[in-house]
Amino acid sequence: MSVLAAIPDSAIDAVLRDPRVWRGAANEHEVACVPSGHAALDAILPHRGWTQGAMTEILFDADGTGELALVLPALARLTGQKRHVVLVAPPYLPYAPALFVSGIDLGYLHCVEASADAQASWAAEQCLRSGVCAAVLCWPRQATDRTLRRLQVAAEFGNALGFAFRPARAAANPSPAPTRIRLQAGEGTHLRILKCRGANPPARSIPLRQAG
Amino acid sequence: MLWAALLLPRLGLDALARSVPDADARMQQLALVSRDQACPLIVDAMPRVREAGVRRGQTLAAAQALFPALKTAVRDPAQECRLRELLAGWAYGYSSQVSLREDDAILIEVGGSFSLFGPWPRLERRWREELNALGITHRLAVAPTALGALALARAQDGALVGNAATLRQALDALPIGHARLDPLVVEALRGMGLSRLREVYALPRAGLIRRFGAALAEHLDRLRGAAPDPLPLYRPPDRFHARMEFDHEIESSETLRFPLHRLVGDLCAFLTSRDGGVQQLAIVLEHDPLQFRQRAPTRLAIGLQSPQRDARTIFELCLLRLQASPVPAPVRALGVQAENLPPFVPLARDLFDEARGAQLDWPQLADRLHNRLGADAVYALAVADDPRPEHAWRKRSIAPAAAPVRRPGPRPGWLLRRPLPLRGEPKRILAGPERIEAGWWDGGDLRRDYYVIETQQGQRAWAFRGIGGEAPWLLHGWFA
Repeated sequence: MSVLAAIPDSAIDAVLRDPRVWRGAANEHEVACVPSGHAALDAILPHRGWTQGAMTEILFDADGTGELALVLPALARLTGQKRHVVLVAPPYLPYAPALFVSGIDLGYLHCVEASADAQASWAAEQCLRSGVCAAVLCWPRQATDRTLRRLQVAAEFGNALGFAFRPARAAANPSPAPTRIRLQAGEGTHLRILKCRGANPPARSIPLRQAG
Repeated sequence: MLWAALLLPRLGLDALARSVPDADARMQQLALVSRDQACPLIVDAMPRVREAGVRRGQTLAAAQALFPALKTAVRDPAQECRLRELLAGWAYGYSSQVSLREDDAILIEVGGSFSLFGPWPRLERRWREELNALGITHRLAVAPTALGALALARAQDGALVGNAATLRQALDALPIGHARLDPLVVEALRGMGLSRLREVYALPRAGLIRRFGAALAEHLDRLRGAAPDPLPLYRPPDRFHARMEFDHEIESSETLRFPLHRLVGDLCAFLTSRDGGVQQLAIVLEHDPLQFRQRAPTRLAIGLQSPQRDARTIFELCLLRLQASPVPAPVRALGVQAENLPPFVPLARDLFDEARGAQLDWPQLADRLHNRLGADAVYALAVADDPRPEHAWRKRSIAPAAAPVRRPGPRPGWLLRRPLPLRGEPKRILAGPERIEAGWWDGGDLRRDYYVIETQQGQRAWAFRGIGGEAPWLLHGWFA
């Protein structure tokens, strides 16, 4: 105690604010983020939302298990702030009436079609780098570590939210994305954080969608 | 009024050198010859050739005797004319009064430009740097009259005469040949034993008019500024065409990079001079007319969402477009064409906006994606007022989205492009049926009962079956 008393408070603050100092509980230093819109998820994410300037991986078993619903509130918030959101090579038609009902301003949502996977990752990288897009969603089919790393660097450069939707079997391989989220479908959909920068991933899973 | 004369003594050679993509050793042995088939005369020659004694007006045979390694090119007046047009466009960036009246010079009114560009020495330095960068041999002089400036430029490169009295003195000392008089008149005056302009001005005016006509007196007055000299002024055109021919065939888009860079640079210099931007441009690849007689020139169109004039942006877009479509046949000439050039409005940025990333705006990013992925690869969505699911949305390019009036039942985030048979039976039905029975008015008739179902794997789907309940399940969307 006597040692601590001799150190001015500001010095301790400076040490604690240093991102290299890891603390068990979620640290509060300034990281720009966008609330996910799901209160339970925000509570367990280290920065209380999706981290800006980083990729977030969403690993899901099958289509229609709530993978899009996970990000829609954040997209609605961003387009509402007149910021551009890009879907790069979506697997199906993004259905305008449903997106409109979920609160997205369609004037700021853009879709990019790409014939090949390489073209799609090029487009995703360009969008992330540009600094124009607040969020970029992509569905890399055969993502190598190198392409994912490139996307992560591009997201940092452009300070964009990057979402990569990948099949659940990719969870076994390491990934450079700072946040990885696994969706488990069964009776309803549950969500578990596999990895998050700045904190230990919480062990428990939270429900995303109720069954029935 | 203060006129700057930009004299172009090597116009033909400069034009030729600019159309050749890289300066090679053979360039140094080049002489321009006139178009005369029977007896070609030397028009101009490179410095090494001139050192050997080759002069303007010699016959080709005489020049070849003096310099055996001589290479020749036929003078192309159209090419020279294009270069003068380009230079006029460049000069238009400095002054609104530019004249192309003289064949070998450009006249620029600079008196009004000093307040913006600084005094003449600074402007002169800037001009010389830019002209050297463009590869133009030039002589410059400034005088209160256009003809006076031309005469001075020929006598002394860099001469500056600020007022009429000094101009008189300066002109007096010049040889008659510099005054751009009719060559026959010059010959006659020389025959009279006159060599300097001072001596011509000293002659009685009435006698001069009687002997040579009023035109000479008028010209002498214009030279000194005693009579007005109306000049036809240059107006910048509303389109840009530039073209570069190659000696050899180019088969890879990578090799086209360098000439393309030059042409795009010219385009942007032109755009800046007329304070415009470009929204539609085309790269034209011309193929060998002998080998590919049937093949029309390949046009690669590039469209931009908003007018641009930044050379780097446009060059990058052109490169992307070139890379997206491989060169179909060997290329002999490359062109860049742009029609109707709209005004350019620079993007306003907030001073305190902490912008990150590559500092693009959405139109620029969309252009980049368009050019690599194709014209309809980037689109936005809109809601359409139609009860049929397939018609309740549409692609949208620019028009703003209208708010829909309908609030139908649950709609999925993903729609399948066409319905597919559902694998297995649904585990449970969560909502429905919602009957959609519409489309009788345009032949796209459909009668379906839609349900929200959950599959065995826990997926939530939007599926329908025909009215009656016996038809098989068809999957039409995912509640992702």
